Amino acid sequence: MDIITIISGIFIFAGCFFIVIASIGVLRLPDFYTRLHAAGKADTLGQGLIFLGLIIYEGFNLISLKMLFIVIFIFIANPTATHAAAKAAFISGLKPWRKKDDN
Amino acid sequence: MSFIITFLSVLIFWILLSGEFSGLLLGFAVLYSLLVAYFTHDLFVEKFRGYKIRQFVKFLLYIPWLLWQIIIANVQIVRIVIDPKMPIDPEMVYCKTSLKTDLGLTLLGNSITLTPGTVTVDIGDGEILVHGIGEDHKLAIIDQEIEKKIIEIEGTDNV
Repeated sequence: MDIITIISGIFIFAGCFFIVIASIGVLRLPDFYTRLHAAGKADTLGQGLIFLGLIIYEGFNLISLKMLFIVIFIFIANPTATHAAAKAAFISGLKPWRKKDDN
Repeated sequence: MSFIITFLSVLIFWILLSGEFSGLLLGFAVLYSLLVAYFTHDLFVEKFRGYKIRQFVKFLLYIPWLLWQIIIANVQIVRIVIDPKMPIDPEMVYCKTSLKTDLGLTLLGNSITLTPGTVTVDIGDGEILVHGIGEDHKLAIIDQEIEKKIIEIEGTDNV
């Protein structure tokens, strides 16, 4: 166990933690829009941390450069997909969940 | 100009992905890059506007700030999901925006989605619909902060 393995392991563990939390959030949160908050944000950082861990483990070469490309593209694509899903729900007339004591 | 930019981007991307430098593969790379650039250069670079170096530096400074906001956003989501009482009070808010270009609006929409407590639902003319999750209704303030930064990247003189 050298130091690079440990550091990349910490990153991969943190990424998995965020993705697990996002999955729990998708189950626990009350409606579609709030679930998008969990899925859209935590997934982006989760996969970013996992790939960062893999890049550190791999060292600097062509493979880690390709993984960096994947990270960049998902950082662009994930919020866009979240926006597309939210807009589709809004156009189809889905009402957002409100707190009960509010109205 | 847009043709040359598209051609070089596609060619460099091909070479980075393949990682091989034999004559046949490089020939194919040039051939297909020319073909793709010919068909898509007006989509890839909509209108070449001559960005200044200062704007590029602003963009480079924007990325670490955005990454830090993403980490804050995730800590907030983790706290909401783990808390048994689930402290949320979602609402839809319309925000004004003065951004005009496609690049600025895309950057703003994606940044709002990634920053704490807000998701972009719709972008229209000078108006964005934002869904906020938090109990503290500070979302308009942080969105104005994002917009201020993006206006600096976009540059006011060449819109």
